[in-house]
Amino acid sequence: MPRIWKLGHNVNTDVIIPGRYNVTTDRASLAKHCLCEARPDFPVGVRPGDVVVGGDNFGCGSSREHAPVALQATGLGCVVARSFARIFYRNSINIGLPILICPELWEQAREGEAIEVDLASGQIRLPEQGLEFAVRPLPPFALAILKAGGIVNLVKERGDLDVAVG
Amino acid sequence: MGTLAEEIFSRKVGRPVEAGELVVAPLDLVMSHDTTTPLAVEAFQQLRERVWDPDRIAIVLDHIMPPASIPTAALHQITRKFVKEQGIANFFQEGVCHQVIVEKGLAWPGALIIGGDSHTCTYGAVGAFATGMGSTDVGLAYATGKAWFRVPETIRVEVNGRLPKGSYAKDVILAIVRALGVEGGNYRAIEFAGETIMAMPVGDRMTLSNMAVEFGAKAGLIEADATTLAYLGPRGRAKLAPLAPANPRYEQVVELNVGELGPLVACPPDVGNVKPVEAVEGMPLDEVFIGTCTNGRLEDIAVAARLLAGKRVATHTRTIVIPASFEIYLAALEAGYVRTLMEAGAMVGNPGCGPCIGRHQGTLCAGERALTTMNRNFTGRMGDPTSEIFIASPAVAAVSAIEGRIADPRRYL
Repeated sequence: MPRIWKLGHNVNTDVIIPGRYNVTTDRASLAKHCLCEARPDFPVGVRPGDVVVGGDNFGCGSSREHAPVALQATGLGCVVARSFARIFYRNSINIGLPILICPELWEQAREGEAIEVDLASGQIRLPEQGLEFAVRPLPPFALAILKAGGIVNLVKERGDLDVAVG
Repeated sequence: MGTLAEEIFSRKVGRPVEAGELVVAPLDLVMSHDTTTPLAVEAFQQLRERVWDPDRIAIVLDHIMPPASIPTAALHQITRKFVKEQGIANFFQEGVCHQVIVEKGLAWPGALIIGGDSHTCTYGAVGAFATGMGSTDVGLAYATGKAWFRVPETIRVEVNGRLPKGSYAKDVILAIVRALGVEGGNYRAIEFAGETIMAMPVGDRMTLSNMAVEFGAKAGLIEADATTLAYLGPRGRAKLAPLAPANPRYEQVVELNVGELGPLVACPPDVGNVKPVEAVEGMPLDEVFIGTCTNGRLEDIAVAARLLAGKRVATHTRTIVIPASFEIYLAALEAGYVRTLMEAGAMVGNPGCGPCIGRHQGTLCAGERALTTMNRNFTGRMGDPTSEIFIASPAVAAVSAIEGRIADPRRYL
């Protein structure tokens, strides 16, 4: 079962992918350095489907899409935070990295515990504590982007941006 | 009818729109640089062979310019190849992207611009709705000339009062970040207004708009006035009649009087940790850096040169000055500022982002402390994660360089 990697507030894009490693579009290299200073155990220990749980203003700072790309490249299943910085939120949806806002989860979540996330319904469960949270699911156009594996694929399928988003 | 942001989006999509609506809007310009272009090109190439309009794409090599390593040279190679293949008209290698875009007249009142850089909001200083996006959005815009937006709510920030000697636009924006908090403008447009701001030259207004993103805002707009039009006039590309808010409904109005505002310093680990300079005075510094899209303009270099004239920077403090563009560098040369700064012991670097992103020209090692005029002081941004970044005005930076410790410019006035 996916496990929680718990982070704090204002986790910025320099923390997610430090500037000096952000000199490539190579996903394996970005994944290797993802959170490497704040959480050196993360890039080596993260397993496919795991969930990062963040506090307020997750992903603040630079517009570098390398930050959500790095998280996605580690095989991460989802990011759930109390709130997100705007560009990070948008970039995550655009590249097809699942992302949910849940103001209550962060307080309760424990590092390393199991978690289940249902994106379509907005249900989050912490089975070890027997806790459940209901969040507002992503808007339909964002779900369509995730389903297509990113906005580029969706625009490819539908021909143009107006048609894809409208 | 509405805020400046609503007015701009309404004009762009050809019908009245309000905050909260999701729109797909045609763009006037798409900007990207050496770090964000390569990933955007990957997205673009999945969709189209030719860009939507090579005249409305601007690409700037500035982040690691000239390249400092083999991987960064490779990013430039990818970028140059794309520019050549697509015939991108606005290709620049003469300074920080945000400075160059405004100098070249590529941003104008009412324009809608996206850029692959969070500080794209800088162009709000000339009345453009400009916002940073990621490389996928930029790649889509190369292909389609459009982007999706949620029309933002607006917070109006009214600044009044005459700034005391020793305080500058940087202190005003740090005071605004302190008042609103680092998340206080998230997803919002900001309208900066009030007599203090309208009395500022375009360069100082850019310092304010540049840092709108530091409290989460999508755009930092300043209504165009005679100062804006006088600046843009000779640059020759202003295309639309300026817009003004019309019966706007603001989510919040924040009023600030800066009549007694003293110099401020944003301390680690984020821009919201703002303290009066007195609280950190005397902290030893390994590096002082004056430059960037926030404070690398002629006004900033002039302030530094005046304070450093006839003085020496501290021996054990690296002092780096990087003019934001060739235009500024040349003007600083002609005004004698470059000579003054170099005679004081500061090194004057080639225009570009410099050490702001920790990749070259002043990278910090473990335990080092810098005071800079940048916009962001995140942990590890300039190098080792144990290094520290304090951010302040060029005046605080210049006098701190003299003393080798954080110093109060009011003692030098």
